Amino acid sequence: MAEPWTDGTVRPAAAADIESWSCPTPAHPEQRVVMGHGGGGRLSAELVEQLFLPAFGSAASTATPTDAAVLGLPGGGRVAFTTDTYVVRPLFFPGGDIGELAVFGTVNDLAMSGATPLALSTAFVLEEGLELEVLTAVATSMGKAAMRAGVGLVTGDTKVVERGHGDGLYVNTAGIGVVPDGVDIRPGRATPGDVVLVSGPIGMHGIAVLSLREGLEFGTELQSDTAPLNALVAAMLAVDRDVHVLRDLTRGGLATSLCELADTACIGVEFEEASVPVPEAVRAGCGFLGLDPLHVANEGKLVTFVHPERADEVLEAMRSTPEGAGSEVIGRVVEDHPGVVVARTRFGSTRVVDRPLGEQLPRIC
Amino acid sequence: MKYLDEFQDPVLAGRLFAEIDAAVTRPWALMEVCGGQTHSIMRNGIDQLLPDTVELIHGPGCPVCVTPLEMIERALEIASRPDVVFCSFGDMLRVPGRDRDLFGVKASGGDVRIVYSPLDAVAVAEAEPDRQVVFFGVGFETTAPANAMAVVQARDRGLANFSMLVSHVLVPPAIEAILSSPTSRVNGFLAAGHVCSVMGTGQYEPLADRYHVPIVVTGFEPLDVLDGIRRCILQLEEGRGEVENAYARAVQVGGNPVAKAVLAEVFEVCDRSWRGIGLIPGSGWRLTPAFADFDAERRFDVGDLTAEEPTECRAGEVLQGMIKPDQCEWFGTTCTPRTPMGATMVSSEGACAAYHQYRRVDTPVSVRRG
Amino acid sequence: MCLGIPGRVQEVYEARGTRMAVADFGGVTKTVCLAYVPEVGVGDYTIVHAGFAITRLDEASAVETLRMFAELGMLESELGQDEPVP
Repeated sequence: MAEPWTDGTVRPAAAADIESWSCPTPAHPEQRVVMGHGGGGRLSAELVEQLFLPAFGSAASTATPTDAAVLGLPGGGRVAFTTDTYVVRPLFFPGGDIGELAVFGTVNDLAMSGATPLALSTAFVLEEGLELEVLTAVATSMGKAAMRAGVGLVTGDTKVVERGHGDGLYVNTAGIGVVPDGVDIRPGRATPGDVVLVSGPIGMHGIAVLSLREGLEFGTELQSDTAPLNALVAAMLAVDRDVHVLRDLTRGGLATSLCELADTACIGVEFEEASVPVPEAVRAGCGFLGLDPLHVANEGKLVTFVHPERADEVLEAMRSTPEGAGSEVIGRVVEDHPGVVVARTRFGSTRVVDRPLGEQLPRIC
Repeated sequence: MKYLDEFQDPVLAGRLFAEIDAAVTRPWALMEVCGGQTHSIMRNGIDQLLPDTVELIHGPGCPVCVTPLEMIERALEIASRPDVVFCSFGDMLRVPGRDRDLFGVKASGGDVRIVYSPLDAVAVAEAEPDRQVVFFGVGFETTAPANAMAVVQARDRGLANFSMLVSHVLVPPAIEAILSSPTSRVNGFLAAGHVCSVMGTGQYEPLADRYHVPIVVTGFEPLDVLDGIRRCILQLEEGRGEVENAYARAVQVGGNPVAKAVLAEVFEVCDRSWRGIGLIPGSGWRLTPAFADFDAERRFDVGDLTAEEPTECRAGEVLQGMIKPDQCEWFGTTCTPRTPMGATMVSSEGACAAYHQYRRVDTPVSVRRG
Repeated sequence: MCLGIPGRVQEVYEARGTRMAVADFGGVTKTVCLAYVPEVGVGDYTIVHAGFAITRLDEASAVETLRMFAELGMLESELGQDEPVP
């Protein structure tokens, strides 16, 4: 499949996998959009807080920092509503493709509010010249993914941009879901004493995608863990309607999710490094590139905070599902050091765990 | 992973900590030279678990950190040219120049590419004969063989569009500079294991003799670092000052003769300025006249580009072990990984970045050993 | 500096006059240049940095080092002092 090149000196395919190469701010603030603004890390958050929200004004007064917005319906009941745009490169990678990501990503954002996903819209921005065969493959994948997740693809849109401006294909999906009564899942529910669980081994998506990266290519049987999490969440809610917090791990890895939750909820998190499941292939890939598995992207994992009295049942329920088979207890929510995540090493020492700045650079050092 | 995991075993670590505890009778300050060792220490909290009388001073073993400002400026200048594909190791992209970094050049349209190996840059030169392909050849002696081979391959394949911006730095002169500094508090050194895999251990004998300091060649995994510390402490307690090899599985006394032969052909010693420290005579490598055609500094005529270090940044004092990162007034406020003032805050091997990343909060260490 | 991890050589081949290998790092494979380690062959472990094998890993030495670590503190335990149980 041919990659479209721009006319300029920047080579998008080599440079621009936003999932992992997003650019941090340079030493002085830019007046332009930089790749890091799309990275999902600190720069992205700043763009929202310092540009979008002020510009939207009071229209955005009810916008939330959570993955999905939960809205009360006039007649009673609540819906969750979310959107996401997928610009991932390559379009097809071991264990998944942009179509699956587009469906599962939005399904998962809904599931993280405890919502039962109902329907998705699909909007495409296509570059003139994209092979229809590629588009068909992506769309077919989306259909299958929607069936797997039990959600309908009910409406959509297609736009075409001139050759050289679209980098092939971008997909946006927006989704709605129904939030059951009695479910109140948001960062603010995090309570000191809560048990922290992760739904399985981390770092698989990032390493699988990185293995194809120009300049790095390495061989691995590792596949992306792209998966829908709504069935897993339903199983958890069946034993504990009062799950406190859910967050799916994506860019920036487990560290980013925990740091964001700690920050938003003003609580501390402490976890045992040795408890976090990391597949050997992820450790190996991280090892020779000099990356931290805690910072590597995932696409089919979640982290949850639950009341300690229900942690055992929740863990068992998670492990009874295919997507949660590798679930583990990794730590606790604490009152100390609010906003900061601390890892206890296997040697008994502690260290602060931070988000990656935006990029994961292979290093020689 | 074999021969890696075993050297992270917490029970064996416990034994090494106990040995160190038992051996120490008075305060000692040790310097680990290599940034990779600093990373291992900080990430695993080794310094937290050592007796209070053992102080670890983080040395200048981070080639990213010590690449002189003027070399960064030369890189930025070359990378900004429209006919250039600028290839670099990932670590270099965020190192701040005067007012921008390579990421910024990329954002403005420069063709800057991250590579894992310098041979990848040679491949680019071959694939794109109508572009100038420049590789940023930084690193200590460990990386020099890779960089040397890239230049040799370029020559052998007649790749006239390939050149290298060389900024190699050498460890022994840096150790000597620290030892000869009147403000140095270092009693013993953990020498950089992989540097010695290439160069051997012989260069450290004259230093150990002249200054009567232990120099222990040390690896990178937690057990390796602990063993290096243990042997260094034993030497100090016994009044010895010798070169010792604590990384025997990867280091021989003579180093790697094949690599040394190629290095001698491709590089020659020169003076080098270390960011935050200043000029250390004979502490760098540049391309030999035989390979002058591949010298990017000449090809792009940037050899005269100089830059003044900003005076506020105290990276130099950190690198010499004179202050700890959190003793700098800019640490964590003006100077953070997001807005670094000097290179020690940029690379995760830099002492300041490592401190910021791992040590911003004092948490109680309730369990002493694994 | 010097991020280098041990990999096991799975396959050796020549590419345009340079001796190359596919090395296995705990399940991840990578192309590695063997030009600097002519003594390294299939089945050997080597330390890889920036795509180059810089030294053969001496397995006997590694085993010996670990054995030495395991024996630390054994004298104390023989003398009846406390020690963590493996």
